[in-house]
Amino acid sequence: MTIPKTCRSFTISIASDALAVRDALGEVTRRLAQLGLATDDIATVELVTAEVLNNIVEHAYSDEPGNIIRLCCNQKSDGLHITFEDIGKRMPEGDAPNATSANADAEFDDLPEGGFGWFLIHELTSDLTYRRQRDRNLLSMCLPTPHTVRRE
Amino acid sequence: MKLTSSVIDTIRTVTVDDTRIDAAVAIQFKDAMRAETEEGPNRVILDLSIVEFIDSSGLGAIVASMKQLGRDRKLDLAGLTPAVDKVFRLTRMDSVFNLYPTLDAALDAD
Repeated sequence: MTIPKTCRSFTISIASDALAVRDALGEVTRRLAQLGLATDDIATVELVTAEVLNNIVEHAYSDEPGNIIRLCCNQKSDGLHITFEDIGKRMPEGDAPNATSANADAEFDDLPEGGFGWFLIHELTSDLTYRRQRDRNLLSMCLPTPHTVRRE
Repeated sequence: MKLTSSVIDTIRTVTVDDTRIDAAVAIQFKDAMRAETEEGPNRVILDLSIVEFIDSSGLGAIVASMKQLGRDRKLDLAGLTPAVDKVFRLTRMDSVFNLYPTLDAALDAD
């Protein structure tokens, strides 16, 4: 009898609202723990996934519930490759926003209350790629998992 | 979103009783903070020791909570868990607040 290889990829469908995003993050962290990822790496993936999903809910779907986001996660030798897919509005500039850091040195009244999301996504990922295919948005990225010891 | 608040001497302590400050509760958090801190001592310590996850919406809500206190009052943060601490450091918002490892350390620092 052959022992099946550990399944190193998974796909999740997520409804476009904040509580469904929260549930999905719970599901993603459980799956990553099953894949043997280190706690620190899982925390990073959870943060990036939260930022991307929140952006899709808020901007691509304009906070309209009842739409679907698909998340495909694939574990490879250089880290996790994740693609997010939605059929909402395209990115305004035709590409993912830049990694502009919110200004921590601003005067009291001007301290940023937002604009941290894309900065965190850029900071914590590599190979960030946005594509518009017909009516779909596809955002792909690689998340390094430096704390995880790979078991083959 | 549940907060517990108490006043000890001249300090108000607000403890977050949920494990997450995320997009689902960021507005509730900001409103609850306003309700808890509308009156009372000038120094407020936000105890985050139960919070395991914060996203950029939650971070923005904490910054907003500090701003709604006004310039003459102060919001300090205590008990940041590793994942929460990481978000503050990456965004450099750790330079905007006084951070203390525990609530006791924050109270002693007065």
